Amino acid sequence: MKRSIEEINEKIRRGDVCVVTAEEMKEIVEEIGAEKAFKEVDVVTTGTFGAMCSSGAFFNFGHSDPPIKMQKVWMNDVEAYTGIAAVDAYLGVTQLSETREDYGGAHVIEELVSGREIELKAVGYGTDCYPKRSIITEISLEDINQAVMVNPRNAYQRYKAATNSSDRILRTYMGTLLPHFGNVTFAGCGEISPLNNDPEFRTIGVGTRIFLCGAKGYIIGEGTQHSPPFGTLMVKGNLKEMKPEFMKAIVIPGYGVTLCLGIGIPIPIIDVEMAEFTAVRDKDIYTEIIDFGVPRRDRPVVKRVSYAELKSGKVEINGEEVRVSSLSSYYMARKVMIELKKMIERGEFLLSAPVERLPTKSKLKPMRQKEIKVVKSVMTKAITVTPDTSVEEVARIIIQKNVNHLPVVDKSGRLVGIVTSWDVAKAVAMGKLGRVKDVMTRKVITALPDEPVEIAARKMERYNISALPVVDAKMRVLGLVTSEDLSRLLAR
Amino acid sequence: MILRLRFDAKTSRKPVISIATLETKALINILRADVGARKGEMIVEVEDDKVKDVEEVLKRFGVEVQELGEGIVKDDSLCIHCGLCISVCPVEVFRFNEEWKVVADTKKCIHCGFCVSVCVTKALTLYT
Repeated sequence: MKRSIEEINEKIRRGDVCVVTAEEMKEIVEEIGAEKAFKEVDVVTTGTFGAMCSSGAFFNFGHSDPPIKMQKVWMNDVEAYTGIAAVDAYLGVTQLSETREDYGGAHVIEELVSGREIELKAVGYGTDCYPKRSIITEISLEDINQAVMVNPRNAYQRYKAATNSSDRILRTYMGTLLPHFGNVTFAGCGEISPLNNDPEFRTIGVGTRIFLCGAKGYIIGEGTQHSPPFGTLMVKGNLKEMKPEFMKAIVIPGYGVTLCLGIGIPIPIIDVEMAEFTAVRDKDIYTEIIDFGVPRRDRPVVKRVSYAELKSGKVEINGEEVRVSSLSSYYMARKVMIELKKMIERGEFLLSAPVERLPTKSKLKPMRQKEIKVVKSVMTKAITVTPDTSVEEVARIIIQKNVNHLPVVDKSGRLVGIVTSWDVAKAVAMGKLGRVKDVMTRKVITALPDEPVEIAARKMERYNISALPVVDAKMRVLGLVTSEDLSRLLAR
Repeated sequence: MILRLRFDAKTSRKPVISIATLETKALINILRADVGARKGEMIVEVEDDKVKDVEEVLKRFGVEVQELGEGIVKDDSLCIHCGLCISVCPVEVFRFNEEWKVVADTKKCIHCGFCVSVCVTKALTLYT
């Protein structure tokens, strides 16, 4: 038994289509089974609402008189990309304002959709066909030719959840992460999210008509970094038809600006299998909690969890209960899915069959880098002293060897402190010339030999220090990396 | 009821909380305390029906008492109900209701203000 998209659209036009939300479908299948559910239900609506950084819009501003070929363009002081035709530009949601704090491309798009005017500023280099060199004007969505949202990566099927093993608060794109596994944050709407209801992309594909921020939009391909079951979509839609209540510009503290979008996708129940797919539950959708305490691309996995556990508000990590926060809005995602259901029932939204399938297999590649510079390649030999070395002796070493930082080691070579020229100067100034153990700093910030230099640099910046002893797992001193070593690297 | 107590150099050396408990038999829960030699501040929770008695004792010893009514205020026209505030609040003020809206039980609020610093829509404000 099969049901065609055309059959469904005919029912929509007649007004006797049976549409249910993804939430309702789970209950229906549980109660009457997939076979019967297929017979009764024509369409299941899904929804998601959350921060989608890979979003933005193309604009065509129309031509000025005399005309200008825009070389650089700003919308409310947020720069848009205009390396295309004269008055075309693409504004990305995460681009920051050059003058206003906590304001960016997302806010400009939200203001335009809300009907407000924004300032358009552009400069050009002047040609025979485009003589004008600069322009400042005000525009609203009504004034311009096209405003098309084109988003390279939206609607993540699922996403890695985040936690933090380190001893400080981290401000990340996954929100604020408290130290020592103090909380967990996650993104995605689980069982009502579009791609989880069609995991093999049987009905969702290129050309599928979707709900995009209140307007009708289309899927134009798989999204960037598409990697099932972490699938993504590339979508487009007309900004002029969008509704402000289905988008929200946000500022993630310590990270930056982005746009929350509402995306809904109708799933045609073309056969029993689709009824089974749309019955998927949060308990069967898995992701991993990763540790942002490790500032590397491949962050360690702390735990595998289901969306049911994440949504319960608590997960267990190392035997302790840790509270969970969501970045996506389940409330808004439900609103999207319910709104889409109503649009279909009212006959305002017809379904479309994909003209091309999305890849069901695709691997995510890391960036090809020439080399990753690590600490051991720039570190220098550390000159060490012991806790019982006299301060005078330290002063002599500092002058003779022309160094500023001396790691302090115990008899077995393990790091127990650090003494700097500053410590010596302070001891002299206070007339307390004793031994190293009286003047050294005991809590030492260290680096590991295989750590990228950027991480060592960030540590020095954060703690306002200029050198880090390089140690192995047993805290034995292998060398020293200084801010001079790192700046030499940049100068090269 | 949540109270903010401010101590000066004289009062910070007296065991005023214990005295208040002994005199009023009220259970006083210390939620936050930052007491130094010259001054101090404390956020405490007191059973509603004994608040007046406790305040009277504290004021007698020169402690400045402020009733912290509302606590955090959420502007629902800005809130997108994501729930980022839920896991960072030390006293679990925020939760989802049946329709997945974030609701705040502001009576529990201890005015730490941490949620204000994590909110992505600036929907939270602390009036002090």
